[in-house]
Amino acid sequence: MMNEFFTYEFLQNAFFTGIMIGFLAPILGVFIVVRRLALITDALSHVTLTGIAFHLLLAQTFTFMQLMSPLYMGMTFAVAGSLLMEKLRNVYTAFKELAIPIILSIGIGLGVVFISLADGFNNDLFNYLFGSIITVTREDLSVISIVTVVVTGLLILFYKELLFLSFDEEQASVSGIPGKWINILFIIMTALVIASSMRIVGILLVSSLMTLPAASAIQLSKSFKQMFLYSIIIGEFSVITGIISAFYLDISPGGVIVLVALSILLIILGCKKIHVGTSRKKMSYTDNNT
Amino acid sequence: MGEYILEDPIVKVTNVSLKYGNQTILENIDLNIEKGEFLGLVGPNGSGKSTLIKTLLGLITPNQGDIELFNKPLNKFRQWERIGFVSQKANTINTGFPATVYEVVSMGLYSKVGLLRFLNRKHKRKIDETLESVGMLEYKNRNIGELSGGQQQRVFVARALVSEPDILILDEPTVGVDTSSVQQFYQLLTKLNQEKHITLLLVTHDVGVMTSYVSNVACLNKTLHFHGTSKDFQESDLSSLYGHDVQVITHDHEHGGRH
Ligand SMILES: Nc1ncnc2c1ncn2[C@@H]1O[C@H](COP(=O)(O)OP(=O)(O)O)[C@@H](O)[C@H]1O
Ligand SMILES: [Mg+2]
Repeated sequence: MMNEFFTYEFLQNAFFTGIMIGFLAPILGVFIVVRRLALITDALSHVTLTGIAFHLLLAQTFTFMQLMSPLYMGMTFAVAGSLLMEKLRNVYTAFKELAIPIILSIGIGLGVVFISLADGFNNDLFNYLFGSIITVTREDLSVISIVTVVVTGLLILFYKELLFLSFDEEQASVSGIPGKWINILFIIMTALVIASSMRIVGILLVSSLMTLPAASAIQLSKSFKQMFLYSIIIGEFSVITGIISAFYLDISPGGVIVLVALSILLIILGCKKIHVGTSRKKMSYTDNNT
Repeated sequence: MGEYILEDPIVKVTNVSLKYGNQTILENIDLNIEKGEFLGLVGPNGSGKSTLIKTLLGLITPNQGDIELFNKPLNKFRQWERIGFVSQKANTINTGFPATVYEVVSMGLYSKVGLLRFLNRKHKRKIDETLESVGMLEYKNRNIGELSGGQQQRVFVARALVSEPDILILDEPTVGVDTSSVQQFYQLLTKLNQEKHITLLLVTHDVGVMTSYVSNVACLNKTLHFHGTSKDFQESDLSSLYGHDVQVITHDHEHGGRH
C-alpha cells in the first residue's frame, strides 16, 4: 500500500481524513454515550444526507455547484437540524427523546424527495450511504482539518463544563454552569463531525463510529480521561483497518469500520462476562432524563 | 441561633406558591435560613420538600412569591459557589459513569475556576483537603461506582463543599445509606456546622434521628406547619401540626422511643 499511498492523492486524502475522523467521532461519542444521546447522531446523519441530496438537486440547475463539494450543504443542514433538535427538546421538556424521531423523519422524508427529484439513486448515493475511499477530495480534507482543529480546541476549552453536564445536568446548572449554551455548542460540534465523517464512514454508519468505541471504552475505564484514551485507540484502529481493507478488497470502508468496532466491543463484553467477579455494573445506571 | 439574628438571612423565601397543573404543591411558604443555622426540613414523601429546594435554587420558577439568596433576588444571584447542593438524585444517578472520586469532586470547583480556565495546583490541593475532611482521601482514584452508598454520599458532600460554600443544602442524603453510616454522616454534618460554621439545610422524611442533630426544624406539607427550634419541635404535638397526615405521626412514634 505504501507505494500506492505516495502515488495516489485520493488515498492520501482518504487516509488523513480517516485519521481525523477516527479521532473526532469517538471523542464526541464519549460525551454522547454517557449523556444517552446516541440516537441523536442517527437523526443528524440523516439530516446531513438531506443536505447532500439538496446540493445534488441544486447542482442540476446551477451548474457551478457541480464543482463544489456537497460537504458544505451537508454541514449546513446538520447544524440547522441540530439547532432545531435542541429547540424541540425544550418544547417537549417531558418527552425530550421525541425530538429525535421528529428530526429523523424530516431528514429521511426530505432526503428521499430531493434524491428522487435529482435522479440521484445511483452509485454516488451508495458512496454517501456507506462511505468510500476514492471520493475524498483535497478540499474535503482541508475542511475536515479545520473542523478537527476547531472541535478539538473547543472540547479542550469546555472539557470541564461538558464533563459536569454529562455527569449531572441539574447539579451543573445549580453550580452556575451555562448549560444551555454549552449544550448548543456541543450539538453543533456533533453535527459538524457527523457531516465530516460521512465521506469515509457513510451516513448510515457514522453513529456507529461515534458510539461503538465509547461503548467499549466505558467497559474498560475507571476515569473519564481513560474513556477518551480507549475510545480514540479503538476508533483509530477501526478506521485504519477499514480503509486498508477497502483499498485491497475494493469494498466500502464504512462496513468494515463498524464491524471492527463491533468485534472489539463483543470481545470486551465477552472477557467481562468471564471476569464476572470484577464487574462494576457498568451498564446498570438509571435514567437521568436526557 | 440568637447571636446571628442581627445579620440578614442567607436564604429568604417570602410567600412562595407553586402549582403543577391544577395541583398546588407549595402554598404561601415563608422561610428564612439564618447564618450558622442547622435546619432540618421534614415532611412526608410528596410533601414538596424537593420542590421547595429546587425552587429556592432557581431550578423551578414559582407561580408566586420572592426568593432572595445572600440578599440578592434569585434572578440576579450569580455567586453559586457559595451554595453547595447535594440533590436527592445524587445517590441514584450515574453510578456507572466512568469517573473517579477525584473527577467528581473537582466538578464542584468548575464554576469557581470559570469558563475557559483550567484547574491549577491550588485547586488540586483543595480537592485533596476536602476529600480528607470527609474521610475519603484514600479513595481518590477509585471509580465512583465502586463505592458503597454511604461513601458515594460523602463524595457528593465533598463535591458540594470543595468550593467552600457558606451554605450546604442536602436533599435526603441518607436514603440508601446503611444505618451505621447514617449516624456517622450526621456527625460529619454537625462537625461542618460547628467547626467550619457552614449553614446547613438538611431535607429528610425521617424525623427520628435527625432531630437530635439539627438546631432548628421546619415541617412542610404543602404549607409550612412548624418552624422553630429542635427542642420545641420534639416537645410539640406533631399530630395536631400535621392534621390528617398519618404517615409522619407513625414515623414519629417509631423513632420516638429513642429520645
Ligand atoms: N415535574 C413534576 N411534575 C408534576 N408534579 C410533580 C413534579 N415533581 C414533583 N411533582 C409532585 O409534587 C409533589 C411534591 O414532590 P416532591 O417535592 O418531590 O416531594 P418530596 O421531596 O417532599 O418527597 C408530589 O406530589 C409530586 O408528585
Ligand atoms: Mg424529595
